[in-house]
Amino acid sequence: MAGLELLSDQGYRVDGRRAGELRKIQARMGVFAQADGSAYIEQGNTKALAVVYGPHEIRGSRARALPDRALVNCQYSSATFSTGERKRRPHGDRKSCEMGLQLRQTFEAAILTQLHPRSQIDIYVQVLQADGGTYSACVNAATLAVLDAGIPMRDFVCACSAGFVDGTALADLSHVEEAAGGPQLALALLPASGQIALLEMDARLHEDHLERVLETASRAARDVHTLLDRVVRQHVCEASLLLGD
Amino acid sequence: MLKSKTFLKKTRAGGVMKVVREHYLRDDIGCGAAGCAACSGAQEGPALEPQPRDPASSLCPLPHYLLPDTNVLLHQIDVLEDPAIRNVIVLQTVLHEVRNRSAPVYKRIRDVASHQEKHFYTFTNEHHRETYVEQEKGENANDRNDRAIRVAVKWYNEHLKKLSEDSQLQVIFITNDRKNKEKAIEEGIPAFTCEEYVKSLTANPELIDRLACLSEEGKEIESGRIIFSEHLPLSKLQQGIKSGAYLQGTFRASRENYLEATVWVHGDDEENKEIILQGLKNLNRAIHEDIVAVELLPKSLWVAPSSVVLHDEGPTEEDAEREEEKENLLKTKAVNESMLKPTGRVVGIIKRNWRPYCGMLSRSDIKESRRHLFTPADKRIPRIRIETRQASALEGRRIIVAVDGWPKNSRYPNGHFVRNLGDAGDKETETEVLLLEHDVPHQAFSQAVLSFLPKMPWSITENDMKNREDLRHLCVCSVDPPGCTDIDDALHCRELKNGNLEVGVHIADVSHFIRPGNALDQESARRGTTVYLCEKRIDMVPELLSSNLCSLRCNVDRLAFSCIWEMNHKAEILKTRFTKSVINSKASLTYAEAQMRIDSATMNDDITTSLRGLNRLAKILKKQRIEKGALTLSSPEVRFHMDSETHDPIDLQTKELRETNSMVEEFMLLANISVAKKIHEEFSEHALLRKHPAPPPSNYEILVKAAKSKNLEIRTDTAKSLADSLDKAECPAFPYLNTLLRILATRCMMQAVYFCSGMDNDFHHYGLASPIYTHFTSPIRRYADIIVHRLLAVAIGADSTYPELTDKHKLADICKNLNFRHKMAQYAQRASVAFHTQLFFKSKGIVSEDAYILFVRKNAIVVLIPKYGLEGTVFFDEKDKSKPRLTYDDEIPSLKIEDTVFHIFDKVKVKIMLDSSNLQHQKIRMSLVEPQIPGISTDISDMDMSEPERKKKKYGK
Ligand SMILES: [Zn+2]
Repeated sequence: MAGLELLSDQGYRVDGRRAGELRKIQARMGVFAQADGSAYIEQGNTKALAVVYGPHEIRGSRARALPDRALVNCQYSSATFSTGERKRRPHGDRKSCEMGLQLRQTFEAAILTQLHPRSQIDIYVQVLQADGGTYSACVNAATLAVLDAGIPMRDFVCACSAGFVDGTALADLSHVEEAAGGPQLALALLPASGQIALLEMDARLHEDHLERVLETASRAARDVHTLLDRVVRQHVCEASLLLGD
Repeated sequence: MLKSKTFLKKTRAGGVMKVVREHYLRDDIGCGAAGCAACSGAQEGPALEPQPRDPASSLCPLPHYLLPDTNVLLHQIDVLEDPAIRNVIVLQTVLHEVRNRSAPVYKRIRDVASHQEKHFYTFTNEHHRETYVEQEKGENANDRNDRAIRVAVKWYNEHLKKLSEDSQLQVIFITNDRKNKEKAIEEGIPAFTCEEYVKSLTANPELIDRLACLSEEGKEIESGRIIFSEHLPLSKLQQGIKSGAYLQGTFRASRENYLEATVWVHGDDEENKEIILQGLKNLNRAIHEDIVAVELLPKSLWVAPSSVVLHDEGPTEEDAEREEEKENLLKTKAVNESMLKPTGRVVGIIKRNWRPYCGMLSRSDIKESRRHLFTPADKRIPRIRIETRQASALEGRRIIVAVDGWPKNSRYPNGHFVRNLGDAGDKETETEVLLLEHDVPHQAFSQAVLSFLPKMPWSITENDMKNREDLRHLCVCSVDPPGCTDIDDALHCRELKNGNLEVGVHIADVSHFIRPGNALDQESARRGTTVYLCEKRIDMVPELLSSNLCSLRCNVDRLAFSCIWEMNHKAEILKTRFTKSVINSKASLTYAEAQMRIDSATMNDDITTSLRGLNRLAKILKKQRIEKGALTLSSPEVRFHMDSETHDPIDLQTKELRETNSMVEEFMLLANISVAKKIHEEFSEHALLRKHPAPPPSNYEILVKAAKSKNLEIRTDTAKSLADSLDKAECPAFPYLNTLLRILATRCMMQAVYFCSGMDNDFHHYGLASPIYTHFTSPIRRYADIIVHRLLAVAIGADSTYPELTDKHKLADICKNLNFRHKMAQYAQRASVAFHTQLFFKSKGIVSEDAYILFVRKNAIVVLIPKYGLEGTVFFDEKDKSKPRLTYDDEIPSLKIEDTVFHIFDKVKVKIMLDSSNLQHQKIRMSLVEPQIPGISTDISDMDMSEPERKKKKYGK
């Protein structure tokens, strides 16, 4: 049997999107009252929850404290029911650690950590359902949660993935598209300045195509920004309405 | 708009997994009709004509578009490809089903759709908000798809009404499924079967021939008597294969006997590797190359392979009794037990491997009949029954026919006419036939492929110079056969300050232009090699590259990949380096011109000095190579002198070899070896190499025996001893003997093949006596070289890699295709030489020439005519002649005819003429003239014209 056709001659992807289109994004901020900040995001069928605590004093060993900036601690986990096949993932497995590390790198680049020296910011992200682009969903959820916590950031961090199929760059890969094994790239962008907070690539991609794929990913990340910005503004509106009452 | 698709899927481990997939529905998908205001915002360009002025159909006189269902697409693709059929809507649903069911048809439909004048439009109905259909409870996938198709037709018809006030545009649903058609009509959709529609196109009666005739019950003309047993369904076959009751294998029909075939069983089971099938019933409608399931017969029914030659030449409708009579002919041959082979019968077909076949029509004896038998050129393919009204027009033509099916009550498979290639015997037609029959891709390059060519005017840019050395100052020149337009190599040689020599081999940098994975790359990879026929070249890459941008012509700047050695005067390599470069060749020479320069006493320019240096080194290299045991074998290469106006061959000439030929060859070999070492060093697991296995000792038997008969000893324990003993095998009285021995030795060799270094551990190249070898020097005409260029470029950091390049399974697949294409190219080339030889002898009439015996067989001798480099067989037991006394001795070997004994290498005189008695298989016939054997040999004086004439009469009957 022939494999799935990821991109038809007419330019439609398996789920009906065109090459540069994002999946449907829905997000809410302030979903948990206990936390300093929290957010829930759905990007297609990928669903992630982010919770932020801090800035607060360093927990555990004082030696970890940084004299000039805040320590960003990121933990990633995924629910056992998040993928099609139910798999037990022990806490702190390799993949989760790696993801935690990537998130930390991303947010260290975005949060104005020097404003809170010798303190700590905790970001916990859990993926409830994984359908491709988990890293991006985590970053986007965490951005909203950090904003919700009122921690100053340089800018939004907006992430999106991109892949490359038959000479065309595809934005925001779904699980089917990721599983096809082509090259994929995850990009976290600070949209205002165009700075890249994190860029990661799986599999090999010919140098000639990199620019195009990167271009697609950053355009998609900017689209994500527009959407997140709308969510934040709406949240602020609602909050001020509540306060106003 | 969003729809979630949820379904359950079984995982490989056997568990059940719930899969949730998103399915977006859109409102920006256009209908494809030009000028549709409602869809003007859609992104697809208009494809369908606003007012189709199509062939007038008597069924639907109004302008209309066609919308075929999946089965129509799958089975009637030949009709849809016809230029008369235009304005067709292909639904995504249909396209997906086709893709899953037949890759070749899917490719064809995409090709058709890419032609603008065909006005095909693919409508993405599954993602259209108004045409998406959800699977209902209790509805299976097929029914859902049928419903989706009907919904789309309905939508179209309503949508097109909005086109304008008085729009009469319709969409007509074409389906061969009776139930589906009924349902459609109930829903108010105009629907016809493919046959109904095609027959209604009164302006194009010839289209009916292209209709696939699908077996519907009761349509058979036969008495309905069942000839064959039922094929078992696939699930039963798989069960049977698993349990060992059946064996799976590839069906290989016999060329000699239409009632016999063998099945090559897949798998490593040594026993039962090959199973014999005999008799029509046991062959059970399998066609050459099909994958079949066979059941072994009990031992008591096992048979031996018969040596009878039987061709299916009976009248159109043969009765079964005559058939049985013939089958008995096979069996009555009493044989001893040891000859019996596992015998079986086909119980079912696992996969059909039908392709369109070339051949000729045998007209039915009944003048008015529309059913005729088609005889394929390939004797392994059974005759095919087709229905056509143009039989008289097709008589004597080469045509293509596709098989549609083989019902169990039909003696022959059913098929339909696809294309008329032209007159049999016509040069163009025959070339087309031999290309098709050898599966040589030879269509013009598609627009998609051409789109990846550099835009003209082309020049070298700053960017191109990255990682590239400027070698334009070097005195580089190329040496090729006359008329060569695809120059892929050039050379230079100069003395360095330290007294050493610098030698460079510069190869066209094709991989600079062909980037991995694009359509151009895929097409070149598919073609694998340029095919050279007698007067035609089928390029692997488009002409712009092969004859222009990549061709290292003189006095233009060209990109190259250079292999540069520093050598001392003893031709020892001191340093090797590889670099991408830009060169400017100072001269494009022919072998003769180069030779003349070297030999000339007066010329002392840079080019000539360079050539002399190269020539001197080449001689040393060659000597060294031969000392190591490389073989210099010979094969009589024939070239035709073409009449420049009619392009008919006027004279045959065996290729002449000059010193400069071997000069160029020597450096190419050296470059290939150097590159092979480098890429293997760098990529031990995924280097693409070429090996030439040593032949098993038994292959040499005939050579040793033949030499022994002339009191010469040929030793074959190593390549070196073979080469040495061949050198020593001289006979002063018979100077041509050495050449003959070398020709024989060539026949003992194995095929050289490409392979991936990670998949094999024997790299040795026997013929070149090199431990490692690859192809680097002809990237314009061999795809293997392109891969090697890419590997080398990555190894020296001049280019970036890509995932497929370092995937050894992908490389192994590429090697497999390349080996196949090279083999086919070789066969096609031979067929082309054979055809031109025929043309030559047709114009030349009957001639008699000196010949040498190459082999003796039980009933024939194989001779070589040095003058033409032509090989042929002289048979002694021809059908319509009395049989002479033949005694064959396998030991010497020799053949005694009446009282004359023939040995290998004996000189004889033969008469050569063209036998046109079978128009489809014309052949050169040879008969013995000298030595004279009464009743056998023909005298030149009575070179009668009567024989071919009598044949003609027979044919005309
Ligand atoms: Zn429209």
